[in-house]
Amino acid sequence: MTGTASHRTAEEIGRTEAGPRPLPPLGSTREVPLPNVEESTLPNGLRVLAARRASVPMAEVRLRVPFAGDDPTHSAVSELLSSTLLTGTATRDRIGIDDELAAVGADLGVSVDPERLMVSGSGLASGLSEVLAVLGDVLTAAAHPDAEVNRERERLVERITVARSQPRTVAREALQRKRFGDHPITREMPTEAEVAAVTAEQVRALQAAALVPRGSILTIVGDIEPAEAIAHVEKQLAGWTSDSSARELSAPPAIVPGDLELVHRPGSVQSQLRLSAPAVRRTDPDYAALQLANLVFGGYFSSRWMENIREDKGYTYGAHSGVEFVPGGAVLGVDTDVASNVTAAALLETRYELGKLTAVPPTAAEVDSGRAYAIGSLLISLDSQGGLASTISALAADGLGLDWLRGHPARLESVTTEQVAAAALRYFTPTAFTGVVVGDADVIGEGVRALGGITGP
Amino acid sequence: MPAELPSPELHRATLSNGLRVLIVPDPDTPVVGVAVHVDVGFRSEPEGRTGFAHLFEHLMFQGSESLEKLAHFRHVQGSGGVFNGSTHQDYTDYFQVLPAAGLERALFLEADRLRAPKLTIENLRNQVDVVKEEIRLNVLNRPYGGFPWILLPPVLYDTFPNAHNGYGDFSELEQASLDDAAAFFDTYYAPGNAQVTVAGYLDVEETLRLVEKHFGDIPARPTPHRPSFFEPIPGAERRQAVPDAHAPLPALALGYRLPDPAADLDGYLGHMLLASVLSDGEAARLQRRLVHADGLVTDISASAGLMGQLDARDPDTFTITAVHPGSVDPDRVVAAVDEELDKLAAEGPSTDELSRQVARWSAGLHQENDRVMYRMLGLGARELLYGRAEIADELPGRLAAVTPDQVRSAAAALRSAGRGVLLVEPAADQGENE
Repeated sequence: MTGTASHRTAEEIGRTEAGPRPLPPLGSTREVPLPNVEESTLPNGLRVLAARRASVPMAEVRLRVPFAGDDPTHSAVSELLSSTLLTGTATRDRIGIDDELAAVGADLGVSVDPERLMVSGSGLASGLSEVLAVLGDVLTAAAHPDAEVNRERERLVERITVARSQPRTVAREALQRKRFGDHPITREMPTEAEVAAVTAEQVRALQAAALVPRGSILTIVGDIEPAEAIAHVEKQLAGWTSDSSARELSAPPAIVPGDLELVHRPGSVQSQLRLSAPAVRRTDPDYAALQLANLVFGGYFSSRWMENIREDKGYTYGAHSGVEFVPGGAVLGVDTDVASNVTAAALLETRYELGKLTAVPPTAAEVDSGRAYAIGSLLISLDSQGGLASTISALAADGLGLDWLRGHPARLESVTTEQVAAAALRYFTPTAFTGVVVGDADVIGEGVRALGGITGP
Repeated sequence: MPAELPSPELHRATLSNGLRVLIVPDPDTPVVGVAVHVDVGFRSEPEGRTGFAHLFEHLMFQGSESLEKLAHFRHVQGSGGVFNGSTHQDYTDYFQVLPAAGLERALFLEADRLRAPKLTIENLRNQVDVVKEEIRLNVLNRPYGGFPWILLPPVLYDTFPNAHNGYGDFSELEQASLDDAAAFFDTYYAPGNAQVTVAGYLDVEETLRLVEKHFGDIPARPTPHRPSFFEPIPGAERRQAVPDAHAPLPALALGYRLPDPAADLDGYLGHMLLASVLSDGEAARLQRRLVHADGLVTDISASAGLMGQLDARDPDTFTITAVHPGSVDPDRVVAAVDEELDKLAAEGPSTDELSRQVARWSAGLHQENDRVMYRMLGLGARELLYGRAEIADELPGRLAAVTPDQVRSAAAALRSAGRGVLLVEPAADQGENE
């Protein structure tokens, strides 16, 4: 097909005179100690964490504000607050805020979910003070101007419409409802109607009541002197005060194992399988063993489930399992997207692999491979300012410091194959799961129902 | 204000079989990366075999003389590393990032498949299925699938290499044969048509020795002739509408031709900064006008390069994409974009406006530099495409030197040439077509 006169056959290409060669051994990896994190709690209650990582002349900023709310309008109001936080203060307008950030190579972004509001960004380290000045201004004096709220409300409605046309959003919403009922943790995306009803007054009231320093954590990592960075924060964010504390999300109800719910998405050419079971948090004695059991099941490419349904059967492009932390606990997620005509077959193989993990537990070789991957990929993920900043921020929200991370490779090393087998039995037993199957029920319904354990249309 | 990135230490060599080697030490990291860039992308795949370059990329993970199926993944991950590969217009890359202890193992794994991949009919059939799932996931089962990278080129370009779908048609993927794979490998995966980049914690001499040890005995083969993919810039606007069964809102893409970065790098950089002045940040021209002042679009974005900046040889595409409410006529969106381009073509951006965008670029390049994977891939791709990895490190300085008048010229160039206009129209009742 390439037009060349002649070429070797596939068989000739795959063979050399010398024959197969042995895999070289591993060498050594140098130790790069994690930096010390300096910590200070401001009089306003804000916890500030700062660490020096001078690999590039940048600084990363993460502000995490617990942002839960019970009111049915909370999700819509907080989404709009997040969209208009950077659109104006008493002294800066939307353009002015962006110009000031851009002048020091900085970007700030705001996101919100049922658990927390995050302001994340980065900029040249030399401009950290300017970035914090803008941050301090929007935290204390964001005006959420009527015109900006009106325009962002329209855009938010349009974006939500687009997001809900994505199969992954449909599947995520169905899964959240299935496992957590109507707990506020399920309100990840408001409806268009809820957003359309939000007023600028509601947004401003929520900022005053909920965007508060006590209980919040600001993390800064980069080419900075930690003490100096903390001094900048003290100066720029001292005026951010409130009598109340940031609101933590309550624990969702425990997952109740049960049938998978079939959710109809007309016209789908693929189906989303989303299974879920209870898991444990980082501080649980089982955590390292669970992490390794998960890797063996579906937590990385070289897992049983991926090798089965992708590399053997060709049912999917990707299959992934992993632990997701929720307030007060954790859940296991088992996710894949497969063609409609193999949905039942993929579900069968998924249940088979869950059962197999408990009945034919991970071997020593499987555990060793997962262990090496867990330790190595942790090292790689921490090898950048951004990765380190996000990790410090997430651990701090969980009440943990970098010492937990420093000790984690040793914990992974000490887990035995038997402990991984025990974790597999405890957390991957097929009867522990619930979940959803999203797809065109007219095409996949009969096949998946025949397997049993399915409810819905 | 942006400083040059720290002067990089780039070490080059060429093995006797023609394989090019780029070694980039970084004493501050505990990780190392190995990338193989092969000088063939989806523009080189033949008619009747759309998607073959990408399918072949998948096959290269399926085993080689010393490695059974699945062994490549297991050895990389079992050494604590991560891997991937990707197919672009003009090149295909394969890469791994691992704790530094895995350096020789990574070189071995890459060399084994560049020397003797195990191409079997079972693996071919299996990966055709996997690629079809990838296309269902990223194109067929979601809104705006393939927008704009698959949908825009056929509007702007006339020739098969530039216009066709690089993911491929299902029927053509299904027709791919083992002999096609053998011919593709023998032709394009010759060592003289490839380059190895090693970056991260390493000793230069030792790394060069290991590269020679593992890649050195791959026999030389003729290096394929690399055709020009040039075609004339269209003189007028071409317009095409496509239905999207999943999209709730219309979208549009404008495609223009970019200057050839090999011949006119500064002209290309002027277009890169034009894209930023148009759409990066709340203060950018199209954000202010179309998103906020006129309320015409939900989101709008401009960028140089169909698959990224400085990621292809000539010809490549400057794109402006927008999602807009159904109540807004797309012609109003296009007219407002044209007015903003006209303003820039007449007066250019202000000095401050431009220097703010340069500062953001500079910061973004620092961030990219902070990850061994991105740094390695950026250096490797520029070395392969333009013969100058240095471009990656010179970018902050060269962008800082771009004048408002160069950005003005870029805007004028867009306004004076033909373009492709792609309209994506929601069509909820349309049947799925695969």
